[in-house]
Amino acid sequence: MTTTPTAGATLDVVNRPDDLSIRRSIVNQPEPASTVGPRHVVLVSAGLSQPSSTRLLGDRLAEATVAALAEQGVDATVETVELRDHAHAIMDAMLTGFASGDLAQVIEDVTGADALVLVTPLFTTTYSGLFKSFVDILDKDSLVGMPVLLGATGGTPRHSLALEYGLRPLFTYLRADVVTTSVFAATDDWAEAGGSAGTLPERVRRAGGELARTVASRAPRAQASGSAEPFSGTPSFEDLLGGLAG
Amino acid sequence: MQYGIFTVSDVTTDPTTGRTPDDTERVRNILTIAKHADEAGLDVFATGEHHNPPFVASSPTTMLGYLAGVTKNITLSTATTLITTNDPVRIAEEYAMLQVISDGRMDLMLGRGNTGPVYPWFGQDIRQGINLAIENYALVRRLWTEDVVDWQGKFRTPLQGFTSTPRPLDGVPPFVWHGSIRSPEIAEQAAYYGDGFLHNNIFWPMEHTKQMVAFYRQRFEHYGHGRADQAIVGLGGQVFVRKDSQKAWDEFRPYFDNAPVYGHGPSMEDFTRETPLTVGSPQQVIDRYAAFREDVGDYQRQLFLVDHAGLPLKTVLEQIDILAEDIVPVLRAEADKHRPEGVPSNPPTHADLVAKAQAAGEATGLHVVGEDRWTGRRAEDDADETAEAATR
Repeated sequence: MTTTPTAGATLDVVNRPDDLSIRRSIVNQPEPASTVGPRHVVLVSAGLSQPSSTRLLGDRLAEATVAALAEQGVDATVETVELRDHAHAIMDAMLTGFASGDLAQVIEDVTGADALVLVTPLFTTTYSGLFKSFVDILDKDSLVGMPVLLGATGGTPRHSLALEYGLRPLFTYLRADVVTTSVFAATDDWAEAGGSAGTLPERVRRAGGELARTVASRAPRAQASGSAEPFSGTPSFEDLLGGLAG
Repeated sequence: MQYGIFTVSDVTTDPTTGRTPDDTERVRNILTIAKHADEAGLDVFATGEHHNPPFVASSPTTMLGYLAGVTKNITLSTATTLITTNDPVRIAEEYAMLQVISDGRMDLMLGRGNTGPVYPWFGQDIRQGINLAIENYALVRRLWTEDVVDWQGKFRTPLQGFTSTPRPLDGVPPFVWHGSIRSPEIAEQAAYYGDGFLHNNIFWPMEHTKQMVAFYRQRFEHYGHGRADQAIVGLGGQVFVRKDSQKAWDEFRPYFDNAPVYGHGPSMEDFTRETPLTVGSPQQVIDRYAAFREDVGDYQRQLFLVDHAGLPLKTVLEQIDILAEDIVPVLRAEADKHRPEGVPSNPPTHADLVAKAQAAGEATGLHVVGEDRWTGRRAEDDADETAEAATR
């Protein structure tokens, strides 16, 4: 939800006056976020070179998110995953159908995070093959509702909309909760003076703020999920058979 | 504890010679392999079911019916029979026929299949895979246990007054396993009926297998079939063995590197670490497989894949000999040593199932036997007379 409380209340006054008192009480509640534990942000970078401007962008986005969370009194930790380190394992997983070793842990960390910062270089108009391969080996339901901030790097600003036509639909399909601002950094962006509207630092700050607001509005995953038994969601046999009766 | 082999029936070029057998040769090789496994003393031979090249095993009961006639002791089974795309009426008929022909020396393992187009080829919808498995098997059971069936479901033409023949041997249906790698619904189904659960884990890490089997065991107990540790569990496996471990690695590597499914993917080192594939000496296989009970509990059936990826027939027969002579006896002794009281050492045989049904029949008087409606005779009458004749 990116609607500000004021705008929401105004809408209520105009369209649904009966709900006004309810909306006010929600607005006046203390931030639910500040009442619970720290959040875990996972940065996934598909940058290939060392050092990598993609990783640099990812670090900036993660820092901006942590800073914005701190302003709301929420602690956050950042874990960084460099897909290059797992490139062979990702391809093996595509070929065998299961992830092994460190990659299995990475997938667990990514799907269990409170928020994801996902950054990729743009190769021939869209995300890199490595980035997509990693997304392809995730269970298609494992990112449902996940707060996600997208970032990409490229040589020139002419490819900046790849974030919108390439990456955003991918995560919409996976039903992740992608924040409104995604951040593209062209080579020239790294030489811009900070502070003025529309520059890279400003876009990074705004995107981090959006992700922080989404994250802060929810309980931490580590507390929310508890210790679920594997397969605890399996329907009983009566339900399986009952669904076919008639 | 049963130890056996299963084939996926792939026709694959031998990467060391470039030679590819034709379908006829491959089918005949599979028959030779099964006969050899029987002679060597392995407990089970199971065939897959596929309806697309490069696989040749499209008609399991034809193959197993022949093998029933030319083998003596080995249990004939399937890995797996497609419960989703076969007509359940044909499954009931064909496997009852196999049961009669083999004199009960068979069981069957049901699975949903892993080839998407098989569903549309046989007029089904892959999105209904689980529901097909549930409904079709419920019908198969009724056709085996009830002489005259009125039935209506979602996926098949209704039946009125239908009798599946031949009636099951001695009025007792074959033992059934349900195989699934990823779907806990199938473990739930196996547990509900008190049937066996096969986790064909040959391409999967043990951690995953462990969770699925634990879930099945817990649900088996929930449905009142016995303690969780008494549930009937089977595992897949894959080995390549030579007396000298290094020779095994050198000989198998080209087959591994070019194999269907995992070839050109992970290294053999990685894959042997992550999955049950074991390449090495008999002792290395023994060490690895004897330890599986620590992950899944004491189980009843261990199947090995030994004839895929283009391995020549001669090599496959040698693998069977090594399994039967150097590996299985030791594994069996290990399994017997650790198995707790009350945990079955084998899946139920036909004789076990007959004894159980008779006991239940005496207790409840409801047991449905295979009565011949024309002569009024029951199979049990024959059995009693045969027994009397034997003691005279």
